[in-house]
Amino acid sequence: MISDQVREIPVVAALLARFPDAVTAGVLRLNELALEIDPAQILEVCRFLKNEQGFRRLSAITGVDWHPMEPRFEVVYLLHSMERRADRLRLKCRLHGDNAEIESITSIWPGANWYERETFDLFGVRFRNHPNLTRIMMPDEWIGHPLRKDFPVHGHRYSYQDE
Amino acid sequence: MSDSDLKSTTATLETTPEEIEKSSASERRRMTLNMGPQHPSTHGVLRVLLELDGETVMRAYPDIGFLHTGIEKQCEALTWQQVVPLTDRVDYLNNMGNNLVYALAVEKLLNVTEEMPEAVKMMRVLLAELQRINSHCVWLGTHALDIGAMTVFFYCFREREDILRLFEMISGQRMMTSYIRPGGLALEPPRGWFKSARKFIDAFSDKVDEYENLLAKNPIWLQRTQGVGHVSLDELLDWGVTGPMIRAAGVPWDIRKDEPYSGYEKYNFDVATRTENDVWARYRVRMQEMRESAKIVKQALDGIPDGPWQLDIPRVTLPGREKMKTQMEALIHHFKIVTEGMRVPAGEAYQAVESPRGEIAYYVVSDGSSHPHRVFMRTPSFGNLQVLPPMVEGKLIADTIAAMGSMDFVLGDVDR
Repeated sequence: MISDQVREIPVVAALLARFPDAVTAGVLRLNELALEIDPAQILEVCRFLKNEQGFRRLSAITGVDWHPMEPRFEVVYLLHSMERRADRLRLKCRLHGDNAEIESITSIWPGANWYERETFDLFGVRFRNHPNLTRIMMPDEWIGHPLRKDFPVHGHRYSYQDE
Repeated sequence: MSDSDLKSTTATLETTPEEIEKSSASERRRMTLNMGPQHPSTHGVLRVLLELDGETVMRAYPDIGFLHTGIEKQCEALTWQQVVPLTDRVDYLNNMGNNLVYALAVEKLLNVTEEMPEAVKMMRVLLAELQRINSHCVWLGTHALDIGAMTVFFYCFREREDILRLFEMISGQRMMTSYIRPGGLALEPPRGWFKSARKFIDAFSDKVDEYENLLAKNPIWLQRTQGVGHVSLDELLDWGVTGPMIRAAGVPWDIRKDEPYSGYEKYNFDVATRTENDVWARYRVRMQEMRESAKIVKQALDGIPDGPWQLDIPRVTLPGREKMKTQMEALIHHFKIVTEGMRVPAGEAYQAVESPRGEIAYYVVSDGSSHPHRVFMRTPSFGNLQVLPPMVEGKLIADTIAAMGSMDFVLGDVDR
């Protein structure tokens, strides 16, 4: 669902003209634009936004878990255009819990590397073609992904005795 | 989640540090140096694997996560107000700034930004700028100490102590202030505080001159910093670097100017930039920023009205003591906020603020309950540290220390 108001925003119009079926929803709330993108097209969309729409910076990538709803994961891309000063854009890709996998965008922004590793580490979302998809925050032998809603805040099973 | 898929995700892990070690063993001349996590010049628990050929760094691999405390996970188990003390602990040199960005993000969701009293806004700006001076003092002292100029450290920490004393007066804490909260400030500033702040800031410009006297013409300092740690602007932007490092590469990008918050558009200050894009330029930019911050603090001190120090909205802030003891509704609101916390309308907000290190931004998601659904902290140190390999590879190992110092990262901010 994209409202007419959102359709008229230049970035959204350009995006829809180039990729007619990539944007599945769009919301403008609190003066922040958030677009839901088809996960299969995220790489092309990002490349288009960076090279042709002036979104020079990738601020961050993160995730949100909506467990027990499905598709439970949202991978959130926070983009920023420095030339247009206060112009920020949020992209979201919704992923199913049983196959949480999405294309890595490290080929577009090398800085996506650690953010994708962090999202993988804490949410268990896998990024295809990532150069080094390893844990970054948790110990390598950690079991589970802490920021998932079904991971307990207290009483996890990690044992420090083996170290 | 079943046990088998828990295991399958860990089975795909590959460890690159070991790969570095393997490849270095094959080449006889190369040596792998394990720098940190307890190395003093990493300012915290950063581990960098350096592959060396003599004095030259061939590859650098920063290994982070030693200070990961799961703050983002803990936020989800607490009420909206209870998150404030956690934000202090993320970047312990920018606690006021972290309180501020969280408060602004929550206020955005609550839709009360417009109603914030002028005194609160100015006080927030004042504190954020004092914090910037504090953070830059710590940075300059330790950075100079790493490079070998020991005296600067004592001078910088003298002023830092003054600022911490101001913070202690106002909040009762030197570092973990939790003073800026959603809905306003925690308390009204104590009597005599503005006088002390004025006394400090009036003397401060001379202090910056003192630091510069120690360093600006020091030939060792110049040789160790000029032309060191250069990375092209394109690369810096690609790697997600923000803050003084970008400004030292010639881009006047400052969130305080571009996306003003808390009334920054009313202050008269310049964005410090340099074009050299090396360790020296970053030093110049931060020195200039200290002076600009002092300017802002003075303007805020001149114009600050006398309260109120909080919003008067019962669903957000606690009622005053007097009201609570005389009015039943106030007592009910107090009970509701203390026992279950305030409710924040469902939605999401992204709020960015210029921290001493760059762009700090909180992405806050609410599901309409009294607990945050997700608090994501986009911290500047995390983004900035990523550029370490391109910055030091192919250069001398001694320059690694200078380059790392010029990034001004805080490991609490990296690992969260």
